Amino acid sequence: MATLIFTVLPYVALATFVVGHVARYRHDKLGWGTRTSEVFEKRWLMWGSPLFHFGALFVIAGHAGGLLVPPGLTRALGISDHLYHQIAVWAGAVAGTVMCVGLAILFARRFFGGHRLRIVTTPMDRVLYALLIAETVVGMWQTVAINIFGSGYEYRGTVSVWFRQVFTLSTDPALLTGAPMVYRLHVILACLIIAVWPFTRLVHVWSVPVGYLARPFVVYRRRPQRAVRAGTRMARAARRGW
Amino acid sequence: MRVMAQVAMVMNLDKCIGCHTCSVTCKQTWTNRDGVEYVWFNNVETKPGIGYPRGYEDQERWKGGWELDRKGRLRLRSGGRLKRLAQLFANPDQPVLDDYYEPVTYDYDRLHSAPAGQKAVPVARPKSAITGKDVKVEWGPNWDDDLGGGPDLVPQDPNVRAMVAADPAAADKVKASFEQTFMFHLPRICEHCLNPACVSACPSSAMYKREDDGIVLVDQDKCRGWRMCVSACPYKKVYINHVSGKAEKCTFCFPRIEAGLPTVCAETCVGRLRYIGLVLYDADKVAAAASVPDTADLLEAQRDVFCDPHDPEVIAAARQAGIAEDWIDAAQRSPIWKLISEFKVALPLHPEYRTLPMVWYVPPLSPVLDATSAGGGDDASADDVFHAITSLRIPMEYLAQVFTAGDVDAVAGSLLRLAAVRTHMRRRSLDGGQDDALLERVGLTAEQVEELYRLLAIAKMKDRYVIPPAHKERAAELSSWASGCSLDSPGGPGMGGAPTAPGGGPVPVTIGKRRLR
Ligand code: SF4
Ligand code: SF4
Repeated sequence: MATLIFTVLPYVALATFVVGHVARYRHDKLGWGTRTSEVFEKRWLMWGSPLFHFGALFVIAGHAGGLLVPPGLTRALGISDHLYHQIAVWAGAVAGTVMCVGLAILFARRFFGGHRLRIVTTPMDRVLYALLIAETVVGMWQTVAINIFGSGYEYRGTVSVWFRQVFTLSTDPALLTGAPMVYRLHVILACLIIAVWPFTRLVHVWSVPVGYLARPFVVYRRRPQRAVRAGTRMARAARRGW
Repeated sequence: MRVMAQVAMVMNLDKCIGCHTCSVTCKQTWTNRDGVEYVWFNNVETKPGIGYPRGYEDQERWKGGWELDRKGRLRLRSGGRLKRLAQLFANPDQPVLDDYYEPVTYDYDRLHSAPAGQKAVPVARPKSAITGKDVKVEWGPNWDDDLGGGPDLVPQDPNVRAMVAADPAAADKVKASFEQTFMFHLPRICEHCLNPACVSACPSSAMYKREDDGIVLVDQDKCRGWRMCVSACPYKKVYINHVSGKAEKCTFCFPRIEAGLPTVCAETCVGRLRYIGLVLYDADKVAAAASVPDTADLLEAQRDVFCDPHDPEVIAAARQAGIAEDWIDAAQRSPIWKLISEFKVALPLHPEYRTLPMVWYVPPLSPVLDATSAGGGDDASADDVFHAITSLRIPMEYLAQVFTAGDVDAVAGSLLRLAAVRTHMRRRSLDGGQDDALLERVGLTAEQVEELYRLLAIAKMKDRYVIPPAHKERAAELSSWASGCSLDSPGGPGMGGAPTAPGGGPVPVTIGKRRLR
C-alpha cells in the first residue's frame, strides 16, 4: 500500500499537474486568474492576503532549501547540522505562523464573511481551502511539535532524498515508510495539492507579472494581428463552450 | 511628427436632459449579465454631486491618474512599478461594491405566488441582485440625481471642496447659489485616453490601446484580475466582473464603430448631444503634454496635441503613418476637431488627471442664462450674458474645477463663444445684421458662428457622427469576428436552420440571470 502511494501518487499528481495546466490554458483562458473578490470585501483582505502570500513565499523558499539542498552541501559551506536545523526550524516557524494567520483570516473572511463572498466561492475553492489548511496544520505540527518541542526528525536524510528521487524516476518508498506519520501525511497532501493545482485559482501563480517592470507604460496593439488572432479565438470559442 | 488617429466624442452639456436613456441602452447592450450588475459603462450624474462611484473625483483618496514626481517626471499617482507589484495581494486603492452601490431587484414573483384570499396585500420586497438576500435600499448608482440629498451631498462633491479650498470665501456663496438650484447633468463613459492610466497600471499587459482608432480595451484572455486598472483610472471607468474576477470596461462600441455606426449611447441619446469623429494627433507630443508642470497650461497643451487635418504636412505624415485616405477625409470633416480646436468650445473632463481624455464637453451655458434672467438681465443680450458670466463667480469656478483644472478664463472663453452664437443668431433672425464688435471679441467670423450654430443646434446624424468604417477591403473579414456572428460564416453551423448554442441546444434569449435565493 505504502509502496503504491509513494511510487505512483507523485507521478499521477505530476501528470495531472502538467496535462491539467495545458488543457486549462488552452480551453479556459477566461477562467485563468486570481478570481479576485476584493470588490466584495476589503478590510480583512488587506490583512489576510499579504500575510498569507508573503508567508507562503517564504515557506516555499524554505521547502526548496530543505528538499533540494543535500546536507553535504550545507556542511561544505561550513554550516553545522545543528545550526542548519536551528535556522530551518525557527525561520520555518515564523514564516509558517505568518502564513497560518493569513490563511486563517482568509478562511474566516471567505466562509463567514457574508453572502457576497459566498456566491463567488466555487466548489474548487472549497477543495483548495481544505487541502491548504490541512497541509499547513500538518506542516506546523512537524515544525512546532516535532522539531521545537519534540525530539526532532532529520528529514533531510529521508524525505528530501525521496523528493529528489522523484525527479530521477528512482523512488525508494522505504525512505518514507520509515518516516513519522505526519511527514507521510504532509507528502500525500502535497501530492493532492499538486494534482488539483491546475483546476483551482492557484494557476495565477504562473502569471506573476514580472514583465511589467520592463515594458513601456502604454501598450498598443494593431488590429490586423488581432483580427487574425481573434478570428481563430472565436472559432475555438464556438467549440469550447464559453 | 508621428500622426495617429483617435475616435473621440464631444458632448454638448446644455442639451442633456438627464433622462438616462444612454445609460439604460448601454447597460442592455453590454452589462446585462451576471458579475457586472453594478457596472454602468455609461452613467449620467448630476453636478454638483458626488457621482458614481461615490466621490471618485477625490484623487487624494482614490489615487487615480497621473502626477508629477519631485523631479517633474510623470508617474502614476498610485505609485511606481515595484510598489504596484508589491500591492498585488491587496490593492489599497480599490473601491468596493458599497462605493458603487448594491444593485437591487424586487421579489415580484411574490405578487403572483401569494395564496389567494390572504388578508395582507402581498409585497414585492427589495432583494440584492447579487446575493438574492433582503436589502435595505440606501444608495444607488444615481442617488443624488437632480441634486437629491443636496444639502448633505453637495458639500461632499470633490469639485466643491476643491473650489472652497482654492477660495474659502466661495463657501458661503456655494450655499446661496445652490439654493437657487444650479445644476447640470454630466454623462460619462470611458475617456479612451491618449495617456491611459489603466493601461499603464495593468501588470499583465492585458489592457491595450488600439493603434488604429485609439479605443482602449481589456483582453479577457490575458487579464489575471490584478485589478490595478480599476484604481488607476481616475474616472473609475474600469470595473471588476465579480464572477469572472476580471476587468471590464466601456468598449466605445467598437464593433459598431468599425461598421461606421455611432456608439449605442450616442445613437439613442434623446438630447442628440453627442458627437463622434476622428482626431489626428501627434503621438510624440503626448508625454510632454501630460507632464506640463503648471495645471493652468494643461488645457492648452492637450489641445496642442491634436493636428490640423487640413495642414498638408499633417496629411503627408498621416499618409506615411498608413492612415487611409477615407480616414483623413473623415478627420477633416470631424465635428470633434471643429468643436475642440476650431471653435474652442469643448473642454476636457479633469485635464489635471493627465490622462489626456478623449471625451470632451461643451460646458453648460444654461445655469449662466438662468442667473442672467434671475438678475434682471436679458439672456439673449451678449452684454448681459457677458456680465453675468464674469460676475457669476460660483458656477464658473465650479465648472473650472470640472473642466479646466481651475482655469476660470478658459471656461469663460468657451461660454462667451456660446453666448455669442445665441446673440448673433438672434440678430440674424431679427434684422439680418451682425455685431462685428461681438464677433471680434470672441474671435470667430460670422460664417464660423453660423457653422457652430448649425453643428450645435440642428446637425443631422451624418454631421454629428463622422465615423469612417474600418477598411473596406477587410470588411468581410472584420464582420466575421467583430460585428457579426462567427457561426453565420459560409459553411458555419448558423447557415440556415435554427441557431444553436455552442454546446448544442437553442441559444438562450437572456443571458444567465441568477435566480433569487
Ligand atoms: S478613462 Fe478609460 S482610457 Fe482613461 S484611464 Fe480610465 S479606463 Fe483608461
Ligand atoms: S440620453 Fe442624452 S440627453 Fe439623455 S441622459 Fe444620456 S446624454 Fe443626456
